Amino acid sequence: MIRLDKRPQPSRAMALATPLLAVLATMVFGGLLFAVLGEDPVQSILTIFWQPLFGEFAFYYRPQLLVKGAPLVLIAMGLALGFRAGIWNIGAEGQYIMGAIFGAAAALAFYPLEAWWIFPLMVICGGLGGLLWAMIPGLLKVKFGTNEILVSLMLVYVAEQFLSSMSLGLLKNPEGFGFPGSRNLQQYASAHNAEIITGSGMHWGVVAAMIAVIFAYVLLTRHRLGFAIRVTGEAPRAAKFGGVNPARLILFCLGTSGLLAGLAGMFEVAGPAGQITLDFNVGYGFTAIIVAFLGRLHPVGILLAGGLMALTYIGGDIAQSQLGLPAAAIQVFQGMLLFFLLALDVLTNYRLRFGAAEVA
Amino acid sequence: MDLSVINPILLLAALMSAATPILLAATGELVVERAGVLNLGVEGMMIVGAIAGFIVAVNTGSPAMGFIGAAAGGAILSLLFVFLTQVALANQVASGLGLTLFGLGLSALMGQSYVGVKPPRMGDLDLGPLSDIPVLGPILFSHDAMVYIGLLMVACVWATLKYTRAGLVLRAVGENHDAAHALGYKVKRIRALAILFGGACAGMGGAYISLIRVPQWTEGMTAGVGWIALALVVFASWKPWRVLLGAYLFGGITQLQLNLQGAGVAIPVEYLAMSPYIVTIIVLVTLSADKSRAPGSLGRIFHASH
Repeated sequence: MIRLDKRPQPSRAMALATPLLAVLATMVFGGLLFAVLGEDPVQSILTIFWQPLFGEFAFYYRPQLLVKGAPLVLIAMGLALGFRAGIWNIGAEGQYIMGAIFGAAAALAFYPLEAWWIFPLMVICGGLGGLLWAMIPGLLKVKFGTNEILVSLMLVYVAEQFLSSMSLGLLKNPEGFGFPGSRNLQQYASAHNAEIITGSGMHWGVVAAMIAVIFAYVLLTRHRLGFAIRVTGEAPRAAKFGGVNPARLILFCLGTSGLLAGLAGMFEVAGPAGQITLDFNVGYGFTAIIVAFLGRLHPVGILLAGGLMALTYIGGDIAQSQLGLPAAAIQVFQGMLLFFLLALDVLTNYRLRFGAAEVA
Repeated sequence: MDLSVINPILLLAALMSAATPILLAATGELVVERAGVLNLGVEGMMIVGAIAGFIVAVNTGSPAMGFIGAAAGGAILSLLFVFLTQVALANQVASGLGLTLFGLGLSALMGQSYVGVKPPRMGDLDLGPLSDIPVLGPILFSHDAMVYIGLLMVACVWATLKYTRAGLVLRAVGENHDAAHALGYKVKRIRALAILFGGACAGMGGAYISLIRVPQWTEGMTAGVGWIALALVVFASWKPWRVLLGAYLFGGITQLQLNLQGAGVAIPVEYLAMSPYIVTIIVLVTLSADKSRAPGSLGRIFHASH
């Protein structure tokens, strides 16, 4: 009989070890899944985790790590602030879309004008788009006590509809031969989020992600607001007595995560994606939830987790083209990772006791 | 624009069918939440049910078997949630989100070779002369069996919760798990059963979309219905009959916006398609003030320390 005893303090060692154990378990069970799908498990796992970093074409894939990792880290960092305080923004995908639309719209409004201030304007508008979209669940929660989980999620579907309306209507490329989608911002020099160092994958979104990580770290460890976030998450009643204003905290957490998600969307649409299309969003807003948990809601952890998740995206693409592994397999793989993490987390807060249960 | 193409009788008849997936999923989730567990994985269980039911129905040629397969599929996925929240004592919000993300991926993987396949059709139930009654006949008495099973499910859940010992125990576990544990009830076992029931209901709701509403398999086809079902449970203040009312409200809006799209109203299609989600938000806002009905232990982790 296995029994669980609550630890007086969560184990720090386990908190660090569980993400690694979860990754290992996912590799093993993911390998089994690939074996079921008729692939060589070792080969598939190597393709996903080894090829992008050290394989023959690693020079091409390594920059992709930054390109795919940046939006994940940027979004996850914002989400983690809220998650720490028990504020669940799960509509980052919608905020990401709105940021992209606002950012792209700002640029396209001035097309074909070339000016230095267009890109900064896009950054502001992109962030604003995400911020405003996240303020809807925020304000509703503060004013009416509405559940932010459901509202933020509903707004993802609204944003997706808005996206298709925009790419078929207002933002459609007038020279696009009737195809849905906006003008390609990569061909509009003032609006293009180009690589800062050619061939490195380093674009402004990567820089923003780095800044966000540093800011979040300082906020959480050195600032009063970060302390309020942590207390609210761990002991809501104590936080109230300690004078934390819950409404302001909710608006701050949702607002920040919306802002960062919006920025991520804007950097993506101005750079790697290039244009607003019906389905330019690939689910970073949802994967970022996994990144946030995998990174233990800690800035440094999120940075590492974002890199790992980017790796599975790239490796998944390679596995898709080389081994014919279905795209959905990698999604299952990512979901598995979250499951193992949540399941193994029990070891952080509880001690396993083997042997017969004592008589109470 | 030609609104006269919208036939009110057909609209009401379609409403009952449009409401069924939400109704099934929300009824299941209601039981789960009354047992004190918040399972945000409804969307994931629905989509897995949708594809599991689709696969079974296509391979056996029987829609009825499909629904059984869907219930099994949803329940099996919910087993993962049972393990995470009841055995490993993980956070319910995170586990539910994980279930949804995992379910969306898993269903896409399972459904790869079923894109474009036509499922066997489920005929309408033959209710004899009842369906020939003017107006009421087509609205109430000319549907497939699942519409009635959904209604029956609401009635059963209502009666069980209100009048039976099992229902009382379930509510006790949901209101105060420590007290229920002290009385000797197996909190975890009861919650596990409730979660499995919720999974089976969500699975059937999903299969109703893939087998009857659409009927076809496409990735992510549940498109947020699972989340609307979750909102509906809050809207219904955890009461079965109000779930029914809410499901018809949402079914009506879904159907009406589809009909308006068909009628060529001046509003662009995308904005009409937003309406069910926006209405959900509005309903949540107007009804959020009263949270007193929420089960006392909702979302809290139970760990018997002695």
